[in-house]
Amino acid sequence: MIDFALRTLPFLWDGLLVTLHVSAVVLVASLALGVAAGVGFAYGPLWVRLPLRLCSDVLRGTPLLVLIFCVYYLLPFAGLNLQPFPAAVIALSAFKSAHVAEIARGAISSIAPGQVDAGKAIGLTFAQRLAWVVFPQALRRFLPPWVNSVTDTVKGSSLVSLVGIVDLMLAAQQVIGRTYEPLPVYVLAALMYFAINYALSVASRRLEARFAYIRE
Amino acid sequence: MEYHLNFNFVWKYADKLWWGLALSVQLAFVSILIGCVIGLALALAHSGGNRWTRGAVAAYVEFVRNVPLLLLVYLVFYGIPSAGGFAYDATTSFVATLAIYSGAYLVEVFRAGLDAVPRGVIDAGKAIGLTPWQRFVELRLPIMLRVVLPSLSNAFISLFKDTSLASVIAVPELTYGANWIKTNTFRQVEVWLVVWPIYLVTGWAILAALRQLERRFSLGRRR
Repeated sequence: MIDFALRTLPFLWDGLLVTLHVSAVVLVASLALGVAAGVGFAYGPLWVRLPLRLCSDVLRGTPLLVLIFCVYYLLPFAGLNLQPFPAAVIALSAFKSAHVAEIARGAISSIAPGQVDAGKAIGLTFAQRLAWVVFPQALRRFLPPWVNSVTDTVKGSSLVSLVGIVDLMLAAQQVIGRTYEPLPVYVLAALMYFAINYALSVASRRLEARFAYIRE
Repeated sequence: MEYHLNFNFVWKYADKLWWGLALSVQLAFVSILIGCVIGLALALAHSGGNRWTRGAVAAYVEFVRNVPLLLLVYLVFYGIPSAGGFAYDATTSFVATLAIYSGAYLVEVFRAGLDAVPRGVIDAGKAIGLTPWQRFVELRLPIMLRVVLPSLSNAFISLFKDTSLASVIAVPELTYGANWIKTNTFRQVEVWLVVWPIYLVTGWAILAALRQLERRFSLGRRR
């Protein structure tokens, strides 16, 4: 059993690195896009908010797997011929951005309007108000749900295996294809996913407890 | 080179999509029913149980919530039968997986719902001489159900979307139908241009219907 695990682990390890790579790219891209969209939701005029609402609802209303297939098969039709990796990363990032945007919108709208007015009164520009007044306060409400949602990204990244990217999921499948031992390999892969995601869940709970005082 | 859209092939096999959609909704519905039973039973076990039951429930919840659903689908369909020397069909396997999966999320929902039942209502039940079973069926359960209804509808929508994963073990639901048409006619652009809106519109329609239901049963405030 241990021997089996030792022979299997190097393959799964390579897959795990791909899973982490995909997740990291998606997290960075979605953080940038999502926070920008969140600011648009909170402070944008109607012609910004409406399209954002539409995009967010469409993205969140589509099953992630369907979104990956749509990006993979429809973007070439729009003249953008993509390899599986960028296609999958674009789909995951778009999906994640919509979720980050909702978290950011909630965090930003929770800041009392008086704070922004005070910033205006002392002559801060919009960017300064965001950077020095809104974001530092909104961060405490943004961070716990965002860290918690990182597990969704790691779990969602397993779907890239279905367009042929050898992540942890597909690496496990390939090992099974050679060894015909599905159960131990799946359990091993599950434990690897669990280790990452459980650590993130615990971190999220710690952060939540740390920031609990602002919720009185 | 110009690509000419031709939806004829999609219409020709449209029954695969409609039956697929019907199956998707059914999968989500059956799964959430079983998931509710699991969730409620475990929430009660958690609130009434000792340290060991609580530990077991927590282990189940944490394991399921921290592992990708796709992996659970494979694990239940390929992994478990290979060790037990038995087999079940893909649909049964997927419903079992989705029920186990939703159960882990619904435990938390029901636990919060049970906590939200006011102490005074239970005490009032005791005062008028209701048995513990009556207090549970007549008071805790109905009040709790009204509290958790919005969470249940969200869970149902999310399960409906998750049914697309059933296609990987060849359950003939909507995504499988789409992939079938894609493989057999090579009309991948057309088929996804049709299937994407089907998922969106169905999801939104279910959501609107459930919100209506919530309004009907919500506790006070919004008539």
